[in-house]
Amino acid sequence: MIPSIPQPKSFRGLYGAYVLLFFVYLIAPLVVVGVFAFNDSMFPSLPWGGFTLDWFFNDTEPRLGLFHDGRLLDSIWTSFYIACWVTILSVSVGTSNAFLFERKTFPLKNVLYMLMLLPLVVPGVILGISILVFSSTIANWLDVNFGVDIGFLRPSKFLVILGQFSFITTITTLIIAARLRKFDTQLEEAAQSLGASKLVAIRTVTIPYLKPAIVGSAIVAFLMSFENFNTTLMLVGSDQPLTIAMYGRLREGSTPELNALSLLLMAVSGTLALLSVFVQRDKE
Amino acid sequence: MNTQTASRLGLILLLAPLLVWLTALLILPHVDMLLISLRERVAPQVYERSFANYTEFFIEPLYWRTFARTAIMSISATAITLLIAFPVSYYIAKMLRGRSKSFLFLLCLVPFWVSELVRTFGWMILLRESGVVSNVLQWAGLVDGPVEMLYNDAAIMVGLVYTSMLFMVVPLVSILDSLDDSLVEAGYDLGGNGFTVMRTIIIPHAMPGIVSGCIVVFMLTLGNYLTPILLGGKSSMWFTAQIYTQFITRFNWELGAAFGFLLLALSTIIVWTGLKLSRQTLSETMG
Repeated sequence: MIPSIPQPKSFRGLYGAYVLLFFVYLIAPLVVVGVFAFNDSMFPSLPWGGFTLDWFFNDTEPRLGLFHDGRLLDSIWTSFYIACWVTILSVSVGTSNAFLFERKTFPLKNVLYMLMLLPLVVPGVILGISILVFSSTIANWLDVNFGVDIGFLRPSKFLVILGQFSFITTITTLIIAARLRKFDTQLEEAAQSLGASKLVAIRTVTIPYLKPAIVGSAIVAFLMSFENFNTTLMLVGSDQPLTIAMYGRLREGSTPELNALSLLLMAVSGTLALLSVFVQRDKE
Repeated sequence: MNTQTASRLGLILLLAPLLVWLTALLILPHVDMLLISLRERVAPQVYERSFANYTEFFIEPLYWRTFARTAIMSISATAITLLIAFPVSYYIAKMLRGRSKSFLFLLCLVPFWVSELVRTFGWMILLRESGVVSNVLQWAGLVDGPVEMLYNDAAIMVGLVYTSMLFMVVPLVSILDSLDDSLVEAGYDLGGNGFTVMRTIIIPHAMPGIVSGCIVVFMLTLGNYLTPILLGGKSSMWFTAQIYTQFITRFNWELGAAFGFLLLALSTIIVWTGLKLSRQTLSETMG
């Protein structure tokens, strides 16, 4: 079953058709979401009512377009704010972790490495509730013993950032560590024998080498945060991030405005994805 | 400052963020959740240690049925994903060369970059009563009136398999890619047919990829929330939804925490069994 082994023509045809069908299955939902963004009808379903750009630009109810919908735009902003913080935090801690696991030896290293991988196997919903439970325990304790009420320990943007950070850091650590492993430490030693201190050597030699992985992991972290739903759902406060706001509208039954939003999201994440592939490939 | 103290200082500085992260966001929250799952409210603000939440799970049929159903559906979704993905991965890894190979592989990754909400929304548009599939079937004359294909188990399955596909295809393609063609040729030269070559050469070689794909897919499916709720509607009966209900709607955190641990235990047991059966370790599979 490799090209050098002769196979009956019918088998090849059938196999090719199966693979084709698979890709239709893969692409179909994305295509319909995009196409119905331009449907001139109140619902994102057939019959086709003609082509319109209302779902992007119209400024009056009931056919409110995406770019005039204040509530949705606010939620995009909330998601953006959260994603920026999560990216900064998880890339910083991820870089530190990568150096720790690739360069240092210390007791319990393997145990800590296993613990570090744990967020990959814990369902997002459970990460969310465990952080919710723990932060309320702290908040209640502070309230009872000191009479202070710390608002951000209740469901809020702050908790969403912590919740997403708790598992995205594992991903950034793995991406950055993989590249650091390939780094030739002799380069750093050369810099040091030329008179650079260890820190200067790392800053001027190692970090530039890691840059593709750092940028790549930042893009992945941003997208994962922006698109996260499970963990966010449990920790969300009054400011709804985009995924939560979209979910609410999906359950209510929606106008094609959601298709317009989805199309925009696909365009943005597609661009970022291409960018991350490009960044990581170019320098290798 | 001599090098040894500098290196110690460096170790401490690098260890600090890791320890803060693991302790404050993973270990303590889970310990706290375990403690809460082991207490029972006897009066307002008064709690007692007890296993009441866990016993309630086994007594109330709705809870354990939802639990069992989620487990069985997740295992089936994993198996179906594997069956669909294997031939495709094999085609990409072994039948194609050069540009068309990397193009098709990248095409497999596309849905992953799109938010799960958008993907599920796409399936809702396809499957709903006034949706695309229903209209195509009517147009083709296969059915008389509109058919509702959402809100049943098949719809949930389609969505789950779709969402998981990438996590199966990627490890399978990379492992099949590493299989030397001459081994397959040798198998045929020694008189094997397609079936025996598949069974004795290709599948044993691909086993590590199959295991890691299955584990990731199973865990993602088990912990999924969006797809079962949106495609299955009220009848979806998914365990994560039950956890959400206890926590957010009923405000019964004790029971919700117990459910969380049961889900965690289930996924640990099944993943552990899978690893043992295939003689692999978690860090090999994940890292």
